[in-house]
Amino acid sequence: MNAIPQALDAVPVLGLVFQFLGYTLANLEYISQTTVAVAVPITLAALTGVLCERSGVVNIGIEGVMLTAAFVGWIVGVAVSGALGPGTPLPFFGVTVPLLAGLVAAILVGMLVSLLHAWLAISMRVDQIISGTIVNIGAAGVTGYLYTLIASQAPTGAGSFAQYQVPKEVADLPLVGWLINAVFSQGPIGLSTIVIVIVLQVMLFRSRWGLRTRAAGEHPRAAETVGIDVIRLRYRNVVMSGALAALGGAWLSMEQTNNFNADMTAGRGFIGLAAMIVGRWTPLGAFGAALLFASATGLSTSLQISPPTGQLGQLMAYVPGEFWEALPYIITIVILAGVIGRSIAPAADGQPYERESAS
Amino acid sequence: MSRPDTIQPRTVRARKAIVRAVVRSAQPVAEPLVAILLALLVGAVGITMFSGLLAGHSSFDIGLPAAAYLALLQGVASPNGFTSTLVYSTPLILAGLGVGLGFKAGLFNIGGRGQFLFGTVGAMAVASTVGVTQSSYITIPLALLAGALFGAAAGFIPGFLKATSGAHEVVTTIMLNYVFVFVTYWAISGPLVLPNAHQPITADVSDRNAALPIILGRDGNAGILLALVAVPIIWFLLYRTTLGFEIRSAGANADAARYGGMKTNRLIVLTMSIAGLMAGLAGATTLLGVVHQIAPGYDTTVGFDAITVALLGRSNPIGILFSGLLLGAMRAGSQSMQIQAGVPAELVDALQAIILVFLVVNALRRWLDRRAAKRGSTPSVGAEVAGSAEGVA
Repeated sequence: MNAIPQALDAVPVLGLVFQFLGYTLANLEYISQTTVAVAVPITLAALTGVLCERSGVVNIGIEGVMLTAAFVGWIVGVAVSGALGPGTPLPFFGVTVPLLAGLVAAILVGMLVSLLHAWLAISMRVDQIISGTIVNIGAAGVTGYLYTLIASQAPTGAGSFAQYQVPKEVADLPLVGWLINAVFSQGPIGLSTIVIVIVLQVMLFRSRWGLRTRAAGEHPRAAETVGIDVIRLRYRNVVMSGALAALGGAWLSMEQTNNFNADMTAGRGFIGLAAMIVGRWTPLGAFGAALLFASATGLSTSLQISPPTGQLGQLMAYVPGEFWEALPYIITIVILAGVIGRSIAPAADGQPYERESAS
Repeated sequence: MSRPDTIQPRTVRARKAIVRAVVRSAQPVAEPLVAILLALLVGAVGITMFSGLLAGHSSFDIGLPAAAYLALLQGVASPNGFTSTLVYSTPLILAGLGVGLGFKAGLFNIGGRGQFLFGTVGAMAVASTVGVTQSSYITIPLALLAGALFGAAAGFIPGFLKATSGAHEVVTTIMLNYVFVFVTYWAISGPLVLPNAHQPITADVSDRNAALPIILGRDGNAGILLALVAVPIIWFLLYRTTLGFEIRSAGANADAARYGGMKTNRLIVLTMSIAGLMAGLAGATTLLGVVHQIAPGYDTTVGFDAITVALLGRSNPIGILFSGLLLGAMRAGSQSMQIQAGVPAELVDALQAIILVFLVVNALRRWLDRRAAKRGSTPSVGAEVAGSAEGVA
């Protein structure tokens, strides 16, 4: 039975492609699980962008909101578990009181930081790219400052949320088992991300709020004439989006790991923006693009952890490890540059809205 | 309503006119200064709030911010502090000039970090090859040139992508920052690695005839001169050449520039390349003048500091010279602040963001306008306090 694959693998050049496919299939479980997990914060960042930009506010401060939320979630977990003790985990997702407090604090802080961006961009009518950059610089500065202050005491965090374990019978199903396993073997934030994608997709295109949001992003003047309070709507969307970015940050420090590092977001907020553009400013499209970007990480970590054997392995040995770490960023650039001409932003995206004076 | 002007004696009117003229001409200087003072105040509140986390301090220790700022000032005011301010300012001015040039063209270069690092790699590549056999008179200029060219190449990529596909430079430059971080790690563990070293580290440029000479005090390297020379060059480029005119036109109104016959796509590529060149040069001078070798985990905050510098200096080269010196002083002083008062040097990063908030919302101008409105006279400057236009252009 193995004669045919072996013959295919031996074909020059093309054989490498077959070997690569074979490697991907053999490691499908690991690659798909990593891909879905890595896509979670990118998706949440992209949804943050969709929510803001559909209403006409460019938000490049997502990275900063995520970083702040990651820090606050972790540190509140540290503080609460120090004061009340770690607590016994509940039977689902390993939820404890400190973890829950950390998550709530992260979301609140995410909304607060977004409020700063909203105030600068909407009320002060500051250039929105500058305003987002201020959020990013400030987030890196404040978290870096506080982390340096605290790190000397070497505090331990409140741990992390546990994954849902897909029943073995389901995970072992032929053909679809690996997919179900990859999608559902996640913690509470990862699982809710999938729900949020679907809810937002429906809301944005089927609800009154969605119609109003899109109107404010396409033609705010027209929206205002039919009685929509554009300023208030933009404020609400930007602040709500902060909760999504905060979930992405909390995922980093409370679900993927149980710790915080300076610059732990590592550009995910911006990859999320790229996913939003590639996904044409729709929640579902953004999710798809995030999965695409994340698959580069899934594949490259797999290649580093369990290198392929044979001819392909010999070839891979020449590729430096740094290349695989840089690959997700390179893929993001390439896809973004290839897709962008056909992806059109909301017409009033990034333009401050000024009411006509009542005179 | 206020009294009509005619009732006022002529001398009063003249005096008011003078005050207005002074206020107006002082605004470009006063606004950044007011923003910085307000930020220091907010920073003091922040330090006080979290003073309890610092070993040996009670919570809400009001003395701590005073001690911190005093240590910062002492760090700047000492003779060594003066030269180290200049040393810290050098890359900030160089990279800031690049970011400012981008702002003038309506481009936002957040890729300074990657361009800086790639420039460092370029300079190291020359130093570790040419420097083995050649004297410093040949090695140093070649290494600086290589740093500039590598930086320019790193800036060319996002410029080219924007011109050909429309990919926004903010996203592509950030992605490239991470790519160049890994390129740097690869370079110091592979092609540029020092043989027989215990860790991935490059040779010391002092052993490769590539260290910049010390011209001032204990550690004032010759890179300072490079920054001082770059300011008039970029000023001349912006305000006295056709390219500079085209850059400013494209930034003011890209459509009008295009209809006027300017090749805006070429301008985008050129401007981003020059911005990258300046950041690369900043990386090269830092390598040859300060750090001397690329160690594992080498990274920089210059890329983001340069944005603050360009915004504080209103993208004007002379403004950037002063804002670069100012931020350089803060960076230099933050070291002694951390050592003497124990307050982490990261405070400067947080302060930058607060400074920028006060700057872009035009805190001073808003206050003046409100005062003027209360007295019923016309606002000092029109109501167009959008901030964005001044911020970027």
